[in-house]
Amino acid sequence: MESIIQGKAYVLGKNIDTDQIIPAEHLVYSLSNPEEVKMYGKYALSGVPPEQGGLPEGNIPFVQEGSFASHYSIIIAGPNFGCGSSREHAPFALKVAGAKAIVAESYARIFYRNCVDGGFVIPYEASQQLNKLILTGDELSIDMKASTITNLTQNVTYQLKPLGDVANIVQAGGIFEYARKNDLMAQSQA
Amino acid sequence: MAQTITQKIFARAANRKFVDAGESVWLNVDVLLTHDVCGPPTFDIFKQEFGPEAKVWNPEKVVVLPDHYIFTANEHAHRNIDLLRQFAGEQGLPNYYDVGTDRYRGVCHVALAEEGFNLPGTVLFGTDSHTCTSGAFGMFGSGIGNTDAAFILGTGKLWEKVPESMKFTFEGKMPEYLTAKDLILQILGDIGTDGATYRAMEFDGEAVYSLPMDERMTLCNMAIEAGGMNGIIAVDAVTEAFVKARTSKPYEIFQSDPDASYHSMYRYQVEKMEPIVAMPHSPDNRATVRSVAGTPITKSYIGSCTGGKLTDFMLAAKILKGRKVAVTTNIVPATVLVASQLDTEMYQGHTLRHIFEEAGCSIALPSCAACLGGPADTVGRSVDNDVVVSTTNRNFPGRMGSKHAGVYLASPLTAAASAITGKLTDPRDFL
Repeated sequence: MESIIQGKAYVLGKNIDTDQIIPAEHLVYSLSNPEEVKMYGKYALSGVPPEQGGLPEGNIPFVQEGSFASHYSIIIAGPNFGCGSSREHAPFALKVAGAKAIVAESYARIFYRNCVDGGFVIPYEASQQLNKLILTGDELSIDMKASTITNLTQNVTYQLKPLGDVANIVQAGGIFEYARKNDLMAQSQA
Repeated sequence: MAQTITQKIFARAANRKFVDAGESVWLNVDVLLTHDVCGPPTFDIFKQEFGPEAKVWNPEKVVVLPDHYIFTANEHAHRNIDLLRQFAGEQGLPNYYDVGTDRYRGVCHVALAEEGFNLPGTVLFGTDSHTCTSGAFGMFGSGIGNTDAAFILGTGKLWEKVPESMKFTFEGKMPEYLTAKDLILQILGDIGTDGATYRAMEFDGEAVYSLPMDERMTLCNMAIEAGGMNGIIAVDAVTEAFVKARTSKPYEIFQSDPDASYHSMYRYQVEKMEPIVAMPHSPDNRATVRSVAGTPITKSYIGSCTGGKLTDFMLAAKILKGRKVAVTTNIVPATVLVASQLDTEMYQGHTLRHIFEEAGCSIALPSCAACLGGPADTVGRSVDNDVVVSTTNRNFPGRMGSKHAGVYLASPLTAAASAITGKLTDPRDFL
């Protein structure tokens, strides 16, 4: 697995819920049919009210009209990212759109698990309010080994919280890969 | 070592005597729930990871209740139901409740209770965040994603972090104008939408134990709105009577030890509490109904796993009886059983259905409907700048359809009172 993630920042506020990440009306598309999968990229973060998308300016869509992928690959957000429903379509949509990592102050539990266990995007926790310091479009670089994020545009580096317990699952690429390596796939006897 | 009820259920499911808050353990799962939105992708992952010929770990323990996008012309939604039917057939799942047959039930969390799947002491995971509803039965219920659900389908197990618990005690006698919805909206205002993240929310106190199961389910249902892993209420005679009327399966009762340790404890006197709404656009944006009374609305919506149970409609009928609604009012029973009870349950000599029809409400077929917006042709979906008072559970931007609409989350009493005046109205004005 690569240890550096580099890309442009897309900055959001707090409590970005799963209906904003992928509105419920789009959940009808298949997550395995390649043609339908593209729709998740198209509609990723389309539920965010326009003025709250692409901060601090706002009115910057994550995915341009008519496109199926985003120019931005690192999402920067406030607390409680991914709150709301259990839909795994949410981290899936972000991945399809091209997101590699999220750096938020905190996450809702189910979304966090889905990111890690499904191996979609890496959910880093910030130690400070990075969504007030980083601007949409800034060029960022995450060093996974050092747990740091560098804003190449502003030439400043911030410490991220270590992934802790889940680092092994993230490194394996998801819960199935992790379980196979650790011989955890047997059926329950209970 | 003293443990909370949630720790004891984890310990049982992990074949341990004691589990500590914060440690990750592998749980043996008693029931896996899925529905039409998350079932098909879960089954895809299962086949991909365990092989096209793989069998689920225990067909009896997999419950498939389509409920989200049922009454729609959307072809992709129909395709998802077909995929559920196909998988249930291949795997021989006895607990599949097919759409368009007399087995169709409706909203999964309410149907689980009706069908006797909620058993004290057990572990339920479901591909729906409101799986925490089942905690009302002294059991552990929590939402997960498709990948975790596929892992359970193959192995019957899942890792989970043992949560710390928060205790919410409601003392006193419930006033007539107050409902479980007001209690949970009060808590959400106090602790916020991430106030219980990764924690158990334990509800206790004489007011809680005076509530019928429907209302206890409403309390636990919205634990997820505070980020909670689960909501839980210990078993009493009311729980046992409900369970025994629906199943003869064995179960185990756990209680928190008196000296168990909690992350935090909150106490409320229900006689001092008021009807509450959550204003747009967050379930923790609390206000008393009195303080926002008079705000014009365009729709009232009474339905969902949170607010579409028989008790919710009994409460609404108290206010709607003999009155006319001033705005579009959607009555959406959660399940087929609840819908049939609208014809059999009486209030002051009239059936609930008669009361709602006379008041000018539209009564829809049972499903999740517009609680989460849904496809464009979904009954009750918000449009344009709608201002909706709703008994549902979330009001983030766009939740009920239109990104420009505002949703006030409220009790069925408040939703009914506001329907009559066309403005946010304290139910005490009509009681």
